[in-house]
Amino acid sequence: MTGAANRAGRILPALEDRRGFLKKTLAIAGSGAATLAASRVHAQGDPAILRLPVHSSSLGRPVAARGYGLPSEHESNLQRRESPGLTRVSQASVAFTPLQGMFGIITPSGLHFERHHQGWWDIDPRQHRLMVMGLVRQAKVYTMDDLMRLPAVSRIHFIECGANTGMEWGNVSVPTVQYTHGMLSCCEYTGVRLATLLDDCGADTKKGRFVLAEGADGSGLTRTIAMERALDDAIVAWGMNGEMLRPENGYPLRLVVPGVQGVSWVKWLRRIEVGDQPWHTREETLHYVDLMPDGTHRQFTSIQECKSVITAPSGAQTLLDRGHYNVSGLAWSGRGRVTRVDVSFDGGRNWRTARLEPPVLSKALTRFNISWSWDGAPAILQSRAIDETGYVQPMIAQLRAVRGTRSIYHNNAIQSWRVAANGEVSNVQVD
Amino acid sequence: MCRLISLVLCFLVFPEIQAKEKFVGVGRPATAAEIAAWDIDVRADFTGLPAGSGSVKQGEEVWEAKCASCHGSFGDSNAVFPPIAGGTTPMDIERGRVDALTRPGEQRTTLMKLSQLSALWDYINRAMPWNASKTLGTDEVYALTAYILSLGRIVPDSFVLNERNIAEVQKRLPNRDGMKPAPGLWDAKGKGDVRNDACMRDCPAAGRIVSQMPDFARGSHGNLAAQNRLVGPVRGAPASSAVTATADTVRPLAEKSGCLACHGARQRLVGPSLAEIATRYRTDTGAEQLLAAKVKAGGQGVWGNVPMPPNPQLQENEARTLVRWILTSD
Repeated sequence: MTGAANRAGRILPALEDRRGFLKKTLAIAGSGAATLAASRVHAQGDPAILRLPVHSSSLGRPVAARGYGLPSEHESNLQRRESPGLTRVSQASVAFTPLQGMFGIITPSGLHFERHHQGWWDIDPRQHRLMVMGLVRQAKVYTMDDLMRLPAVSRIHFIECGANTGMEWGNVSVPTVQYTHGMLSCCEYTGVRLATLLDDCGADTKKGRFVLAEGADGSGLTRTIAMERALDDAIVAWGMNGEMLRPENGYPLRLVVPGVQGVSWVKWLRRIEVGDQPWHTREETLHYVDLMPDGTHRQFTSIQECKSVITAPSGAQTLLDRGHYNVSGLAWSGRGRVTRVDVSFDGGRNWRTARLEPPVLSKALTRFNISWSWDGAPAILQSRAIDETGYVQPMIAQLRAVRGTRSIYHNNAIQSWRVAANGEVSNVQVD
Repeated sequence: MCRLISLVLCFLVFPEIQAKEKFVGVGRPATAAEIAAWDIDVRADFTGLPAGSGSVKQGEEVWEAKCASCHGSFGDSNAVFPPIAGGTTPMDIERGRVDALTRPGEQRTTLMKLSQLSALWDYINRAMPWNASKTLGTDEVYALTAYILSLGRIVPDSFVLNERNIAEVQKRLPNRDGMKPAPGLWDAKGKGDVRNDACMRDCPAAGRIVSQMPDFARGSHGNLAAQNRLVGPVRGAPASSAVTATADTVRPLAEKSGCLACHGARQRLVGPSLAEIATRYRTDTGAEQLLAAKVKAGGQGVWGNVPMPPNPQLQENEARTLVRWILTSD
């Protein structure tokens, strides 16, 4: 807590409360006239108002000074960041989205989290090709020109890495929401439905119960996707938030598989194969498998179940002062719409239902807000989301009772943030 | 006759194809050569596996030349990537389940997890070496696969792996029976395995803190104060009171805040030198809090009659950082 009297934009209590001012004047009368004088000057008002700033009294910069706009230089604290020690090679690593400072549900393209398996490329779109083959009547090749002539759809969906919050299975290990939940983004994607392409090639969707998606990067990442997903809402996307995909997110073409973990959203997508069996690729046998207490791995755990997190206030932030706060966070479900979010301020004993901000979309982030007046006492903040199937986001102890602590993947536990008496917020787990 | 039939078929079939061609002029048929060039995947049943062979001995040579720098000569290095070999036993090969996976804290190697040999072959073929993917010959991929298997004693050192015997080797993988499907977590309409209920009042949760950030780890992710916005309802907290701020990070703050205009490092300017302040307060355990308050609120009288102006723009953590820096300077 930084104290109301010393905050930017606040004037000393003297001006707000004359009686307080007089008392204070008497109290410090003997302690030095100069200090009193300084207080008086300050008490006349906020220098940000009383002194004309240079931006109000001189000429600003011209149009198109930046052909592609950039955030304010005062926003440079909010960056994608790696979690030190998580990986040893930055080409096979993660950069987390700074959820602690974001609003609404759309992730700015430049802050979309990154996960690469063998580094990223900025591929020439004129040289990029997509092949659809396997159990199809006619295997076909599409250029970007071809794909962008097809009937396009635009949909807002979240993408979450299956390993998001994976560092917290055993205990608390990272300090902020950027690192606990930042393998999470939500964008408007534009592309052609995968169903349209499969239909165009005459895919045998009865025998062909699965498709394989393959990337064009060095890792040639491959994932099996259920035909039901492929025909339902999967998109072969080139657009993201009104512009082309960013190179770090698969420019010029990626797969969008709503509700399914990020690894299946194959970037730099070059090939779709229709087949009658799952492939059991490296990303389905050695990674993205969930270790259970009995030593077996769960395979093909794709759906990102209902989850939420309070993003403000959150870990390693400090509340400015006692008083009113808009507690804000994100909720999402890989099985459909979020129907309700409850927030607790006492570590899960009592809950209040938060306000969901429209739009509330299927398999998209949903923003929730709730007012809270902090009285200065320690508190533990939690959020708990419920989706349209009636599924209630579980507590960490409930997850551990079934899945143990070594799963790495699919930790959708209720997150707890402790607010200490000094206003510091920290990451904790409660029973 | 044949021609006639063809003609009839053509008339019968072609209009139907035409009718299905919804997107005229979009895309084109893939050629056989194009499909062969890209259709490199090998499925669990070894569909897609090209013919070829490679011995453990050949594999060892390729490994030493192209793989060992990252993975170590015996695939057990943990320096760049998690180890490939280790943690499997002859008993596991018998059983088809890796016992070490039941024990907490065990490092998980590739051979401990590997349930499908096709995945190992396919991945080496498509993605290795790390910086020169898809440059290995088919026989090299067989040889490297054989070498890795030999590191886990799954095949003998004399073994030659090929497309005909690979399915037999699959039956010796230590973790071949270690996978279970999770249909409820694969199907979007499936049911999850963990249940909670939406209790609203006096819920059974004890709310006791069972895990929190250890103090030493609070600084592990850099300066968290600098990972939050400059305005809004919150500020980033200091990494830890235990973290000593370095001169490199604090001096710019001291300059920006105007401290150094009045306080020299060793010289008295308008106010006392930083060294003098450090000397006076170094042993005072309450000094950090006291001086941080003075830095922010201003003060007068301790060092003479010239008042120190207030610095309301400083955050509490910034003021404390400055004070710690002053008190630890010599």
